[in-house]
Amino acid sequence: MSSTNRTVVVTGIGATTPLGGDAASTWEGLIAGRSGVGPLKQDWASEQAVRIAAEIAVEPSEVIPRPQARRLDRSAQFALIAAQEAWADAGFTDKAGAEGTDVDPDRLGAVIASGIGGVTTLLDQYDVLREKGVRRVSPHTVPMLMPNSPSANVGLLVGARAGVHTPVSACASGAEAIGYAIEMIRSGRADIVVAGGTEAAIHPLPIAAFGNMMAMSKNNDDPQGASRPYDVARDGFVLGEGAGVIVLESAEHAARRGARVYAEAVGQGISADSHDIVQPEPEGRGIAHALQNLLDRTDLNPAEIVHVNAHATSTPAGDVAELKALRKVFGDDTDHFAVSGTKSMTGHLLGGAGGVESVATVLALYHRVAPPTINVENLDPEAEANADVVRGEARKLPVEGRIAALNDSFGFGGHNVVLAFRTV
Amino acid sequence: MAATQEEIVAGLADIVNEIAGIPVEDVQLDKSFTDDLDVDSLSMVEVVVAAEERFDVKIPDDDVKNLKTVGDATEYILKHQG
Repeated sequence: MSSTNRTVVVTGIGATTPLGGDAASTWEGLIAGRSGVGPLKQDWASEQAVRIAAEIAVEPSEVIPRPQARRLDRSAQFALIAAQEAWADAGFTDKAGAEGTDVDPDRLGAVIASGIGGVTTLLDQYDVLREKGVRRVSPHTVPMLMPNSPSANVGLLVGARAGVHTPVSACASGAEAIGYAIEMIRSGRADIVVAGGTEAAIHPLPIAAFGNMMAMSKNNDDPQGASRPYDVARDGFVLGEGAGVIVLESAEHAARRGARVYAEAVGQGISADSHDIVQPEPEGRGIAHALQNLLDRTDLNPAEIVHVNAHATSTPAGDVAELKALRKVFGDDTDHFAVSGTKSMTGHLLGGAGGVESVATVLALYHRVAPPTINVENLDPEAEANADVVRGEARKLPVEGRIAALNDSFGFGGHNVVLAFRTV
Repeated sequence: MAATQEEIVAGLADIVNEIAGIPVEDVQLDKSFTDDLDVDSLSMVEVVVAAEERFDVKIPDDDVKNLKTVGDATEYILKHQG
């Protein structure tokens, strides 16, 4: 098992998002062009400048038994729900190493990431400390708030012993986790890796902080219209929560057990802007560098790319920079990319975005349909000049032949991660 | 007013139910927290803190290790409650 550059495929998917409690209902919502954004009804919301968010469709308390849930941060709860679905979807009935299973735990990994970890646990326990004193701080606080907690808990769920990892790169975290997982299989470290992203940051402090950065939409009067990538009136992202997880597997291993294959995970391109701690580089140079790395390091054929699940958070600068980068690297091939900004519907799940959008990208290839970008009433001319944005309604992708798609994720700190998938 | 043995067992049953999800009727004097009731070392700290609050008693960390069963805890609380 020391072979390198092995082909990697996707054999399982799972998600819990503002559009639905699993991957199927999330996909239905995306294709229907449904917004998962709504007004925040919590008591603390009234004093916020931002009073909208894309909250989870199915509360984890409806799925996870209370004794287990109370020792898991909300971000780990989301990750476990999505991972459980993906693991079962891949055809596994029990954890690796359990009686009656033939998955070797030493060849199984888990890589789940979030952008800001167990932030609600940390802040809630600080409230407990101040209001009720030292003795009342939960002994579960540390294993709940540590950023590797979702990964470690998913590792425990499936019985992963080949390695459990948590690459943190803000809003690129989920995509970087999947990229890391692909490398684990390619380099021969593992045969199967459960990978994705999760985030649970709908809490007054992150909302106040992102709001004060002028990064979020303040379109409180029209929650469902607030996330509008590529529209001239876009004024920032809408915070979302949830998780998306996929099961990656060596093609060999998947074939041996007769697994259903959704798509091939072709590989990833990674770069850093080294431009500003939060501002995107306006010409998309760092993004172009990541796209070029992807082409240099894989056998991806630009002629086969028909769809891009764009990062497109609905911020004035970022949305256009990404499209310029695509045009710069792919030239006229960009004309046959159906570009979708699914954050128009899910909101921005930060570290969860790369996970959920990888699920969406894989399903777009599998069903050969690109989800729409909703709320584009007046397309930004700079977007129109660089790319073909799928607006309003879902669009069919070519019904025959091999097709490929990209999933872009970028994060504060200048992290750029591009993942490529294609049909098998 | 001090709690009776019966009230203490009922109170501990509520606490263990909340923390570990064990049915209240399964929480009996002879039951071990770790072996029978799914209460691991971190959750035992939660059980102790909840019991301190409910029964107005202080249970120092050094004494917690001696509370193996529901009976041990009940006896300790009976003796030390304020």
